[in-house]
Amino acid sequence: MKYLAFFIANLLRRKVRTFMTIGSFAVAAFLFAMIVVINGSFRHGLDTAVTTRLVVANRFSTMQPLPLSYLDRIEQIDGVKGVTFISWFGGVYVDERNFFAQIAIDGDTFHSVYPDVEIASDQWQAFTADRQGCVAGATLAKRFKWKLGDRIPIRGTIFPGTWEFNVRAIYDSPRADKDTSQLWFHWKYLDERREWSKGLVDFYLVRLGDPNEAAAVSRSIDATFANSPWETKTGTEKMFATAWLAAIGDITTLALTVSAMVLFTLLLVAGNTMSISLRERIWELGILKSMGYSDARLFAFLMVESSLIAAVGGALGLAFAKVFTRGGDPTGGLLPHFYLSATTIMLGLVLAVSVGVVSALVPALCAMRLKIVDAIRRV
Amino acid sequence: MDDASTTDGFTLIKMRNIDKTYRRGAEEVHVLHGLDLDVRRSEFTAFMGPSGSGKTTLLNLVGGLDTPSAGSIQVDGIDITRLKGAHLTSWRAHHVGFVFQSYNLIPIFTAFQNVELPLLLSGLSRAQRRAHVESALELVGLRDRMRHYPRQLSGGQEQRVAIARSIVTDPPILLCDEPTGDLDRSSADDIIHLLQRLVSERGKTVLLVTHDQLAADHAHTVLHLDKGVLLRTPAGATAA
Repeated sequence: MKYLAFFIANLLRRKVRTFMTIGSFAVAAFLFAMIVVINGSFRHGLDTAVTTRLVVANRFSTMQPLPLSYLDRIEQIDGVKGVTFISWFGGVYVDERNFFAQIAIDGDTFHSVYPDVEIASDQWQAFTADRQGCVAGATLAKRFKWKLGDRIPIRGTIFPGTWEFNVRAIYDSPRADKDTSQLWFHWKYLDERREWSKGLVDFYLVRLGDPNEAAAVSRSIDATFANSPWETKTGTEKMFATAWLAAIGDITTLALTVSAMVLFTLLLVAGNTMSISLRERIWELGILKSMGYSDARLFAFLMVESSLIAAVGGALGLAFAKVFTRGGDPTGGLLPHFYLSATTIMLGLVLAVSVGVVSALVPALCAMRLKIVDAIRRV
Repeated sequence: MDDASTTDGFTLIKMRNIDKTYRRGAEEVHVLHGLDLDVRRSEFTAFMGPSGSGKTTLLNLVGGLDTPSAGSIQVDGIDITRLKGAHLTSWRAHHVGFVFQSYNLIPIFTAFQNVELPLLLSGLSRAQRRAHVESALELVGLRDRMRHYPRQLSGGQEQRVAIARSIVTDPPILLCDEPTGDLDRSSADDIIHLLQRLVSERGKTVLLVTHDQLAADHAHTVLHLDKGVLLRTPAGATAA
């Protein structure tokens, strides 16, 4: 504590430069956080995919459907504990910028595969009793200020016309990283109104009793429908999520590359700033050494100074990123899982301080090796 | 040449056969040649001589800021040429105070904070440090200016703060490298009188490098250096 005034005075010695350096750390930390959040949003399906669920899709393309009649046959396969199905509904709510996923589900079988979804039982009953009922995610309901009983018009883009839904339930998750931005409605309502694709579903979702049986059950399902007009391809949720990520490109590599470039640039900027700062203070370091300040102590001082700048800048950038992500998905639905986790914040802080330490390393080592007579001679 | 002479109670600094050579590119610069010097405790010794004669190098060697190419330097019985790293740093903190021509106060600190700097290395409490700093500033007549920054002080006042900083840990030796070089006559006289008081009242041993004959006249002993050799040895301190 006795050196606190020492550090503060040094940090405020060149206020503009200090604030600019803090600013560069803040911007870098903010960018880092955004890259991780966006990457996390893309990878969300992969990270939250469970090993006890299988996805059954059309063998030739996930864009091709499967017949509803498969439901009973899949249920009969050994190792299957539950089966449900879904269909994608591409619709627009008021404006095309209001993107969110609308999924037709089967209320009768949904809980056999997703027993852990949090929906109040009375709301679920209200949903199942209303053919035009829908379940909105808590984030979605908050975004559009929907409440139970509201009537939601959605313009179909695949299946034309205006489709109206009654908000009967709201699902939520205690985990902040869960996607609660979807809208679910009855597949039966979709099937009876649409003019084609009747009796077809996009995917079957299968719950397993034992995750170790995933491969065997997948093979059994695919074998059951082999050589039929609608052959299947079955795999774990994670497998499908990975395939989806591969289809949109290697986001992770891109994100890591950009992160590394940002951090490396910052390292150069911070290192340069620290070097300039040191050159300006060489004689002071010489004076301090003449008073009895040891090389190790001066080394520690410079490291602490740099780390303080990095920590303050990093904390500011991450705090701003946290505030920014609290506002939810800024793209209007493309990044439903727009969430900055505590782990990422800690990682960002550690990275910022590490960059601060590394950038000060060379100047601090120079300060250690500085000969007093040389330093004082520069006055 | 009695190696025990620094422990005789009178001689504080004993330099023997001191050579100092710098290498400047391919050229070797001989700054000091076979210098022998004894300085008594509580002595005020002035060194004069033309620029480049080795005066500052001599002070740097006595203060442990630099090491001789050959020879030994004993201070109060300790051969400081054998001290390295942290031991030398610690010795310097406890035995020597430096006063430089350009004051060398740290501009972002107040007079109080500048004087407090050496004490931060000690185990003193905040209150104890404050008492020491105020006492040192009182001694140099600047207690009422302790909240001032160097830029708010005159040259003479800055130098007095630098002297307060050099004595705040109560070291036995003060090494003053042209402390009046940047000052007007009146301020220079004030500084010299202050140094005299530190010798007579506080028992400090002062080594003063100066080009100012009037300043040197206040010393007990004036030694002349030319091309690294001590030329004259008046009474008092002796070129051994």
